[in-house]
Amino acid sequence: MPFQFLRQIGQAAFQFLASLGRIAFFTASAVRWTMQPPYYGRQIGRQIIDIGYYSLPVVGLTTLFSGMVLALQSYTGFARFSAEDTVATVVVLSVTRELGPVLAGLMVAGRIGASMAAEIGTMRVTDQIDALDTLSTRPMQYLVAPRLLAGTICLPFLVIIGDIIGVFGGYIVGVYRLGFNASLYLNRTLQFLEVSDVMLGVIKAGVFGFLIALMGCYHGYHSGRGAEGVGLATTNAVVSSSIFILIANYIVTALFFGV
Amino acid sequence: MQAKIKIENLKKSFAGKDILTGVSVEVAPQESLVIIGTSGCGKSVTLKCLLGLITPDSGAIFIDGRDTVGQSRQAREEMLQNFGMTFQFGALFDSLPIWENVTFRLRQKITMSREEARQTAREIVGQLGLGAHVIDQYPAELSGGMQKRVALARAVADKPEILLFDEPTSGLDPITGGVIDNLIKDSVKRLGATAITISHDMASVRRIADKVAMIHHGKVIWCGPVGEMDNTGIAEVDQFVHGKAQGPLTTAMNAQALEEGLNA
Repeated sequence: MPFQFLRQIGQAAFQFLASLGRIAFFTASAVRWTMQPPYYGRQIGRQIIDIGYYSLPVVGLTTLFSGMVLALQSYTGFARFSAEDTVATVVVLSVTRELGPVLAGLMVAGRIGASMAAEIGTMRVTDQIDALDTLSTRPMQYLVAPRLLAGTICLPFLVIIGDIIGVFGGYIVGVYRLGFNASLYLNRTLQFLEVSDVMLGVIKAGVFGFLIALMGCYHGYHSGRGAEGVGLATTNAVVSSSIFILIANYIVTALFFGV
Repeated sequence: MQAKIKIENLKKSFAGKDILTGVSVEVAPQESLVIIGTSGCGKSVTLKCLLGLITPDSGAIFIDGRDTVGQSRQAREEMLQNFGMTFQFGALFDSLPIWENVTFRLRQKITMSREEARQTAREIVGQLGLGAHVIDQYPAELSGGMQKRVALARAVADKPEILLFDEPTSGLDPITGGVIDNLIKDSVKRLGATAITISHDMASVRRIADKVAMIHHGKVIWCGPVGEMDNTGIAEVDQFVHGKAQGPLTTAMNAQALEEGLNA
């Protein structure tokens, strides 16, 4: 019995390492084909619209309400030690450095990661990927590379827009609910904000966009047969990209601040 | 005469299960070979090995006398320029309209304006009995028979030297199946192509084959002209060709089902 338990742990560890190896190999191959011509402009454009434009409402709503909640929370919390006037600064720094990129990343992972895995997975189970291959087109270049490029390009722009909307959410609550003076709130918002705060969020967003597209493509590309296989690929894409986003968030933050 | 396609002692197993145990078959230039056999006997795996989608464990595949097993990616891509393939369920790209599906490979090779591509697609689907209006529709909007025609149009658009068909009439009514068979036959003849078809449909086999090969237990157990298919003297071939419920194939399939049930 104890040996069986150990064997199961060992088996799970080997499977985990094998998965990491497959992901690393897929990543290297995807990056390589992303850099080599031909570039499928229409595919890239289609993905940019899908990821960038159609994700705007969900990212906007998420950051708007997050900014509003953050203003309320920090006001009620900081009131305990008479630091209510720092609300605007807390909102802008939290949104640009952390909440904007992470929440936008997680929301896009749910929307785009799932749809990429489902689309590519369906293509896999209906032989469309093999068909691409027989039609002298490399599936990695035609399917994966445009998604990686679009994901990496679009997320930073989405996050910048999300940052503005999130700060605006904090402003609405601060001014109309908590009674802050409008110009004072704006002044406080900009007073301690540095370019590096926004840049940190933008860098994170680029990394998250790459990871979301990578996981969506990876799980779709290796989808099992049938509807169950595609369903599982979709779930795995969302779960793994969300986990990778949280891990990458820590790593990028630590590297950025050098601690 | 040198064989256009020569498969020699091809072996492949998946997870310890032997699928191909030594497939050997030759196809002469402009000949139409149909591979028959029960489900799971290795027909599709043979075709995928030929295309380089699956790497065989051992054996050789010669195209125009050149061994293609283990060739470089670039050599394989060059080889595939001469292939056209239709998949069992069409494998049309659902996100693209028919004209883009049909001219997909042509547009990868040569620069074509949108209107030139649409005109080319119109001509090709016209040769296969489809109306010009079809080119602006999406695959999901077409019936199964029309999808098969479009898949055939995509396969022949670039005038390949070798055509592969994976169960081209599966899921079609007999009339539509007959029409597709005639289109395949006409296309192969018009292009002067060498063709390999996988089929379970004996009426279809009789219509399109010059030569028939039967795979059983991962090996070719009989190969010969279509006219000799009814009198091979081999019990397995006889059972398959005449669709008999009782015979050696039934016994083998029952044994396999039992073994898979025990292993599950």
